Amino acid sequence: MLSRRDLLLATASAWTAGRVWAIEPAPDPLGTLSGKRPLVQHALRPPNFETPLAALVPAYTPNDLFFVRYHLAVIPEVDPSSWRLQVGGASAQRALSLSLSELRSSFPHVSLAAVNQCSGNRRGLFLPRVPGVQWGNGAMGNALWTGVRLRDVLQRAGVASDALEVVFRGADSAVLPSTPDFVKSIPIDRALDESTLIAFEMNGRPLPHWNGAPARLIVPGWTGTYWMKHLTQVRIEPKAFDGFWMKAAYRLPTGLFDGSRFASQTTPETTPITDILVNSLITAPLAGTRVRRGTHVELTGKAWDNGAGIVRVEASTDGRRSWRDAALGKDLGRFAWREFRLPLAAATSGTLEIAVRAHSRNGTLQPDTLTFNPSGYHDNIVQTVTVEVT
Amino acid sequence: MTRSLWRSPRVRAAAVRSRITLAGDTLARGMLGWSVLAWSMLAWVAVLGGVAIADPQPQAQAQELTQLAEGSGRDLTVSRCIVCHSLEYIPSNAPAMNRAAWGKTIQKMRDRFGAPITDDEGRQVLDYLATNYSGKP
Repeated sequence: MLSRRDLLLATASAWTAGRVWAIEPAPDPLGTLSGKRPLVQHALRPPNFETPLAALVPAYTPNDLFFVRYHLAVIPEVDPSSWRLQVGGASAQRALSLSLSELRSSFPHVSLAAVNQCSGNRRGLFLPRVPGVQWGNGAMGNALWTGVRLRDVLQRAGVASDALEVVFRGADSAVLPSTPDFVKSIPIDRALDESTLIAFEMNGRPLPHWNGAPARLIVPGWTGTYWMKHLTQVRIEPKAFDGFWMKAAYRLPTGLFDGSRFASQTTPETTPITDILVNSLITAPLAGTRVRRGTHVELTGKAWDNGAGIVRVEASTDGRRSWRDAALGKDLGRFAWREFRLPLAAATSGTLEIAVRAHSRNGTLQPDTLTFNPSGYHDNIVQTVTVEVT
Repeated sequence: MTRSLWRSPRVRAAAVRSRITLAGDTLARGMLGWSVLAWSMLAWVAVLGGVAIADPQPQAQAQELTQLAEGSGRDLTVSRCIVCHSLEYIPSNAPAMNRAAWGKTIQKMRDRFGAPITDDEGRQVLDYLATNYSGKP
């Protein structure tokens, strides 16, 4: 159990780790949503709450400490007994309407560990600064998701040969009817991927309200924007969905980053964000920790990618000139994060700067410099933490 | 449209009658129609008056803590922005914002998200935000 003090300390260190900010408002206070322990409050309405660093230490992020991210402020508490999932669309051979018990009983269950990371995670660390929710490191978490394969549900409805995208809608909505509802699509091949799930459990418990109860989409390896919460409607369509949240939001300059290409939504100028880039997070030591000379500093953290799998994590204490391999922890599955650990000698007095970089099986490694993009996505640059050896 | 609702006796009455708090669990209960407006109204009154609204529940609950800086256009800014979102976004985004960026944001809120802000109100909101919340060189 984390005390409030632990959370505050961890939060403070997360805010100071790595980079110095030129102009800074006061750090966000901790706030509590119903059913959650204190999280870093970025906004109350719509609720945007970040997981404190200390809560990113366990292999699975606890449900009541998992980050919360909404775009629109009308968030009904869905009654699981009356909830129904509507499946249809112009490329569906028949329409389905499934209750939660029908969804649970009609298809094989699958459990899969996966990182859910907001596209804008670390936006608050961007230099130069960009507008948006000023997330630190905690708009992410790793959980064991249990549900059914989206593929099985789509095949029950029948997928016509002209299917191009699958479109998802959730129960939450905007205050004003003039605001575009949050609707997202994914390519048909991703929808039919065996890892794409409709989940109703998180870490062995029913999904928390603030994380999408009673059922949500899980798109392992892709950023959280596609992981539709409070899922109510799934449509198989022969055309590219042209809503605001696909055509105008969550986009990157075309060709700037690695990752799956979402062809039906790509223009010469911009393309939807897709894969999570290879990344890592130092969970210990905390910035500013003091250690005695002649002892060791236990470096620990997490590394993750788009599901290719983390093959190597390295640390440097000499300004990134030489690197040593950290030991990798248990493999929880290719879409989960991988723990790393490395004892580092605190041999000489003074400041010890530790840098960490992760390598993915897909051949990428974390870069030293930020690739700027206007929405502040994909900050996966090498992070450092500084401790004082006395 | 929005302004007349703020003044509506029905909204005021609803705000008083409902046990509306600024707590997260209120958000969970599906705020639709009048309750949304009443909630916004109450938050708006709280911010303008600088009144702290205590949550009657024993558990600590998330609260809207933001009070915007004094200045010409503040009340209008609060009343327009808080229809759809709480106010933390304004100071937290300030380091990324200047007059041009606020202008773009106000345009986006009006054109993309359908915020009911007239041209004249948009200019006043822009002046207020550019004057008080510009941290970008």
